[in-house]
Amino acid sequence: MNDPIIWIILFPLFGSIAVALSGAWLRKACHPLAVASMLGSTWAAVETLIQAIASPSHEVSYLLGGWSLQLFPRGVGIEFRADLLGALIALVVTGVGLIVALYSRLPVERDTPGREPVYYALFLLQLCGLSGIALTGDAFNLYVLIEVAALTGYGLIAMGSNRAAAATFNYLILGTIGASFYLLGVGYLYLKTGTLNMIGIREAIEAEGASPSVSTQVAFVLVLLGVMIKMAFFPFHAWLPKAYVHSPTTTSCLLAPLVTKVMIYVMIRMVLTVFGVEFSFEYATWTEFMPWLTVIAIVAAAGMALAQREIKRMLAYLIVAEVGYMTGGIWICNYYGLIGSIFHVVSDACMTLCLFLGAGIILEKCKTTRFDGLRGLFIKMPLTMTGFFIGGFSIIGLPPTCGFFSKWYLITGGMVSQRWEYVITLMLSTMVMVVLFFRLIERMHLAVDESGRNLGDGHGDLGLSKDRKRFDEAPPSMLIPLLIAASVVLLVGIYNQDLVDQIERMLQPFNLPTGVHYR
Amino acid sequence: MIGMFEEGSIFTQLFVERLNYFIYVVLLMIGLWAMIAKNNLIKKLIGMSVFQTAIILFYVSIAVKEGATIPIYLPEHDPHGSHQPVGAEGSLEIADQSLPMQPPAPSAYTNPLPHVLMLTAIVVGVATLGLALSLCLRIYRAYGTIEEDELLAKLEEVDARTGSSMRSGRRRRAFAKKPKEGRAR
Amino acid sequence: MSEQAIIEDARPLFALLIPWVGMIGVVWAGEKRANWRELATFSAASAQAAVVLSMVPLILNGAIVEFHVWQIFSYVPLLLRVDGPGLLFACTASILWIATTLYSIGYMRGLHEHAQTRFYAFFALSLSATMGVAFSANLLTIYFFYEMLSVSTFPLVTHMQDKEARSGGRTYLGYLLFTSLCLLLPALSWCYVWLDGGRLTMDFIEDVGKIGHFGETTQIILLFLFTFGFAKAGLMPFHSWLPAAMVAPTPVSALLHAVAVVKVGVFCLYRVYADVFGSEVLSKMSGEEWTMVIASATILISSLIALSQDNLKRRLAFSTIGQLGYVVLGAAIATDRGQAGAVLHVAMHACGKITLFFCAGAIFVATGKKYVSELRGLGRRMPLTMGAFLIGSLSVIGLPPLGGFVSKWYLALGALDRDALWVVIVLLISSLLNVFYLLPVAVTAFFRNSETEEHASFDEAPWACVVPLVVTALGCIGLFFCSDLLLQMVGLLP
Repeated sequence: MNDPIIWIILFPLFGSIAVALSGAWLRKACHPLAVASMLGSTWAAVETLIQAIASPSHEVSYLLGGWSLQLFPRGVGIEFRADLLGALIALVVTGVGLIVALYSRLPVERDTPGREPVYYALFLLQLCGLSGIALTGDAFNLYVLIEVAALTGYGLIAMGSNRAAAATFNYLILGTIGASFYLLGVGYLYLKTGTLNMIGIREAIEAEGASPSVSTQVAFVLVLLGVMIKMAFFPFHAWLPKAYVHSPTTTSCLLAPLVTKVMIYVMIRMVLTVFGVEFSFEYATWTEFMPWLTVIAIVAAAGMALAQREIKRMLAYLIVAEVGYMTGGIWICNYYGLIGSIFHVVSDACMTLCLFLGAGIILEKCKTTRFDGLRGLFIKMPLTMTGFFIGGFSIIGLPPTCGFFSKWYLITGGMVSQRWEYVITLMLSTMVMVVLFFRLIERMHLAVDESGRNLGDGHGDLGLSKDRKRFDEAPPSMLIPLLIAASVVLLVGIYNQDLVDQIERMLQPFNLPTGVHYR
Repeated sequence: MIGMFEEGSIFTQLFVERLNYFIYVVLLMIGLWAMIAKNNLIKKLIGMSVFQTAIILFYVSIAVKEGATIPIYLPEHDPHGSHQPVGAEGSLEIADQSLPMQPPAPSAYTNPLPHVLMLTAIVVGVATLGLALSLCLRIYRAYGTIEEDELLAKLEEVDARTGSSMRSGRRRRAFAKKPKEGRAR
Repeated sequence: MSEQAIIEDARPLFALLIPWVGMIGVVWAGEKRANWRELATFSAASAQAAVVLSMVPLILNGAIVEFHVWQIFSYVPLLLRVDGPGLLFACTASILWIATTLYSIGYMRGLHEHAQTRFYAFFALSLSATMGVAFSANLLTIYFFYEMLSVSTFPLVTHMQDKEARSGGRTYLGYLLFTSLCLLLPALSWCYVWLDGGRLTMDFIEDVGKIGHFGETTQIILLFLFTFGFAKAGLMPFHSWLPAAMVAPTPVSALLHAVAVVKVGVFCLYRVYADVFGSEVLSKMSGEEWTMVIASATILISSLIALSQDNLKRRLAFSTIGQLGYVVLGAAIATDRGQAGAVLHVAMHACGKITLFFCAGAIFVATGKKYVSELRGLGRRMPLTMGAFLIGSLSVIGLPPLGGFVSKWYLALGALDRDALWVVIVLLISSLLNVFYLLPVAVTAFFRNSETEEHASFDEAPWACVVPLVVTALGCIGLFFCSDLLLQMVGLLP
């Protein structure tokens, strides 16, 4: 256990095998096994992060198959390398995985009765793929892990209703296009640089100097295009709402916080480690129009979120808008934007988790997540709703939730780069989020029906207080994970400075343009 | 047309020097088009396979070297001399003294790595295809069609019944009916 | 200011946390143990007032109390600091909270309101946020508590949970969050990012006037973003949330929408004018008179609107908007006496206006009447209430020997210091308008006989409603006589 970095991946990998095997005769063992593997994986991720912080170079490296760097040049073996960024994302992935695993017992039993072993095996493989993406230092290996995550994701979604299967098909087609574009891009990189190791690629690109070759530029565009399709960036978002709305509860709880965010991480990784800041941020055409694209993405997604009348669908469009935030944070091309983006990856994972866990509970209790079925929820499930709306406030960006702080850095970045269109869009979309969530609060809080008639005694009393079963809280196995997630949202907000310190430390080697002397 | 086959002309670049790449782009576009524009789900999958195969062609092409052979040591390059013909007496003794060892000459071999990468990509492709086909099967069983427009119409109906449609009532009906009528006449 | 002794003390934090403890007590007790619940609120209010008052001697001795809670960003702390104006505001809010608690017991029980637990819980939360604003030491801290207040009052505003509450709540939150997120937040980020290379904490003592390092245009833009961003101050055109918030139960209107919330708005503006821009920078700025013009316009227009309102609470709401304009005006005058008047007016108007709201609520509890025109002959039926109403009215109008006179006096003096005679004229006209819209209420009640009414017997609201309003009415008189003490506490006058 000297190399916790590899155990981050091995725990869920072996766990999935164990789950699949044990499920054959002891179905009850699946859920504990899944939780245990995620516990192990989270422990390993924490351990890795600690090691990475402690080590002088701030990274932990592991060469698969013993192709050690002492004996062979870089790029011969596949390298797993956790710098602070990777370790942080791995921790987010495993942490979210752990919370969802805790949460999953009841919903999985209901959604996929009798197929728990398969479900949990896929679940763990998915986490294996996602945490692998965060850790790998090899561009092609990244492709494979993206596909591992994608294939298991298709499986997890399609295990829902027939409707889900139809939605998965869309996702599969778009996902494959995205991954293939990425693969093509990697091909061009390999063609040009002769290596697949990320650091090796960057060294070769930097050696090209001021005038990068056409191949590198083609590779850049292809890779980023692929990643953008996978992350549901606005024009390519169509797969996401359908897939998340119809998938089983646990699946959406796992995929919604992680998949898009991990792909944002891939984009950041491509910019920082693979292509290098000099190349990426000097690519004038790209950096000129990307913020505008994100503006369009945010506006469109926020507008579509406004049009929804169902919680999960609304949340799905919110994710698309948030993807716009983070992408914009990268392509406003400065230090604060990147801090904001990385921070927002973390905080968005936490708050989306919170919201989807809450939505899952609502679905479980009310049998619907449509807006018209939400009346009186504050009285029925005060704790669940508190957790849910802590996530909601974080999306709006109210202090002291983590969403405020990440948005703060994004706005700062926009101001420093003087991309006013981006800053203004952030403000406006914040207002949209206010409308979205306070509309929900209204629905749950007020005793007014669709057509605006007063209900209850006309004096605001729903009559629920006379009902003996007014408290109808979610079962603890679902409620506690939600509350954990909500407190994480608050804690990340309160201890944001520690997180930002680490993010600043991880960005130090890259010599990012800062614009102003900030400290 | 003069100079069409001259060094550096577009034509030469496309069809002579980079024919592989030209073909891969054409295949890629065919595949992409089929994935996006075809109505039949299976045809979409065929497009997907073409698409992935195009990428494989690309990768294999970048490994090609003129006059090179497969990446197994030629006898004269082999540092271990294991390609040395076995002695007439059938003795198995290693004859590294008899032949001077050559430094390996990379130019003589094709690059094995892209091929290996493509093995993985093929595996991924097969898995994706298998999953996609099983999805098609399930869709067919559930909805009785693998034509996308019919499927969408059916899904809209289902959504309307369960009340989880993305569109408002009136527009939903208009959307659902159109393709059907078109098909009937 | 530099010779002030700084005392590290956790008392400001306690003042913030006590309402949270009270809230936990309230939720624990719930509807079933209503007496315990009220006891919890009551003890929280008393404890908070005790903690706040215990800091008065320190401040009077010229010290300031500081407590560092947490580091928001690496260079911006969440710093609580108690200085004169802050403490005066905190005292006002926390003492009036005690009165309001007693009053709401009478009011809520008298009307058999539903969901009283939620009511008391969020009430406590809003008071915590109010204390936070009063004790904030830098811009970001004040912003945090400002937002907390917006959100935590929403359930109170929509307490009735009906259609009116919905539209009221929408207006309320729409205005407050739109201004704070789209005007205030950019202004904040702007200061924190650009000012002096982005190293400032925007501390209210250390960084006064640093905003003058910006160019002229930027300064003016920032001034306006701040002025309208703190929409709780009710400056026109962002005032409509206040009348909308009157759908709330009267105790909420009384404490929050006459004292805590609106005063938080003007207090924030006072901080911005006095402790972010500073009077030097402000007096040098060319476009700065516009804030005074806006404030004056708000005073006059809202008084005129108040004249036309028949709903008593709405009339009081527009009166509040006008009175808030006084405070903003005083802060924007940027002279010592003007700012002293502004800070004093926070306390004076609070005491007067809460009396008026208490009376409006008591009338509603006792008779179910909401409109001014229905009040005929009520003076005989509810002499205590209407007597208090008269005193409150006179205080708001600004007649001696009532508190409202002192603050208006200083406002006028401050304006004269600046040779802004027109401000004095505005004050005079507005006082006249105050007479026109407030006095008729009491006059109607006392001197007009009701036509249809059953013979007016003595029939007051429950004692729990009446006692607080009598106390606050007496407070209006008391404040006049201890205004020297208040001025000394504020530290703006020798």
